[in-house]
Amino acid sequence: MASKPSDMVVSPDEATSGGPMPVKIVVAGGFAVGKTTFIGSISEIEPLTTEAALTKVSEGVDDTSKVATKTSTTVAMDFGRITLGDDLILYLFGTPGQDRFWFMWDELVRGAIGAVVLIDTRRLEECFPAVDYFEENQIPFVVGMNCFDGQATHSPDDVREALAVSPDTPVLLIDARERVSTRDTLLELVQHALVRATA
Amino acid sequence: MSLGDAGDGLRVRPYAITGGRTRAATEVPIEAIVYRTPKGEKAVSSMSLERRQILSILASPQSAAEISARLRLPLGVARVVLGDLVDEGFVALNTRSASGRPDLRLLERVLDGLQAL
Ligand SMILES: Nc1nc2c(ncn2[C@@H]2O[C@H](COP(=O)(O)OP(=O)(O)OP(=O)(O)O)[C@@H](O)[C@H]2O)c(=O)[nH]1
Ligand SMILES: [Mg+2]
Repeated sequence: MASKPSDMVVSPDEATSGGPMPVKIVVAGGFAVGKTTFIGSISEIEPLTTEAALTKVSEGVDDTSKVATKTSTTVAMDFGRITLGDDLILYLFGTPGQDRFWFMWDELVRGAIGAVVLIDTRRLEECFPAVDYFEENQIPFVVGMNCFDGQATHSPDDVREALAVSPDTPVLLIDARERVSTRDTLLELVQHALVRATA
Repeated sequence: MSLGDAGDGLRVRPYAITGGRTRAATEVPIEAIVYRTPKGEKAVSSMSLERRQILSILASPQSAAEISARLRLPLGVARVVLGDLVDEGFVALNTRSASGRPDLRLLERVLDGLQAL
């Protein structure tokens, strides 16, 4: 693809002549829940990993010292890419769901279409921080139940109830290894975001 | 910044590239698609190593995340170097994340694109 300079700026959602416009979806969930598999099943590139080294200042950890301590955390983020036309590229960013990584989510979700929260019903609680975060920040999301044993042990309704998410939150049975399943999950999210945007 | 923590020694050198800065004047979102300007195309061979590497792989426009991953630069470092390159006119960005959630038209294009996969 040749890079051409832009000769005019159209609306922010129109690609300029310098290349395609990016959109993104965040893929969140607990440890080993299938985030990388999900991204890899549909990405046109092998999922890549970027390292975000971030410094967090935490105060008063040690009561006697009252000294602010700085800690450096490295977060590995997987991502993949789907070209949706000459002028549109969808990026999928996979991010650990633990709440100690929240400090980077604000940026990750800025301008995002929404999020896919992957869950393993045997360890449901691992997705609570992600669900809380997306609800509080009004980020459209869908829940994907990754069926590791090949059969659903819980119904989507059970999961919706256990998570206490709103009744219109899509909860889907998925197989993160299957491209079609992943595509349908993304479609469901975009549709959900559309409904939310029209509401 | 405690980027030089003992347990995390690898963090020291990358930020040397940026003169220790962890931010550039221009913010580069992680998904922003970076492309070379004509000035950037001409300047490739005269650049320092990291900048030359970045400008070289920008023969195809790609996201800040991809540049970081392919050149094995921590994301924060890549974004500072890219922000500088934007300020100096060697590269430009396609990004929309500052304009909030995608609008209906854009969502519909994404939907159509996914359905056509
Ligand atoms: N049976 C089955 N196995 C799966 C499925 N999705 C992922 N796996 C397997 O589960 C393991 C973990 O998947 P990953 O995609 O690495 O999970 P992750 O969320 O990226 O893991 P971390 O990044 O380490 O947190 C791998 O061995 C996958 O092959 C699925 O839908 N069904
Ligand atoms: Mg992973």
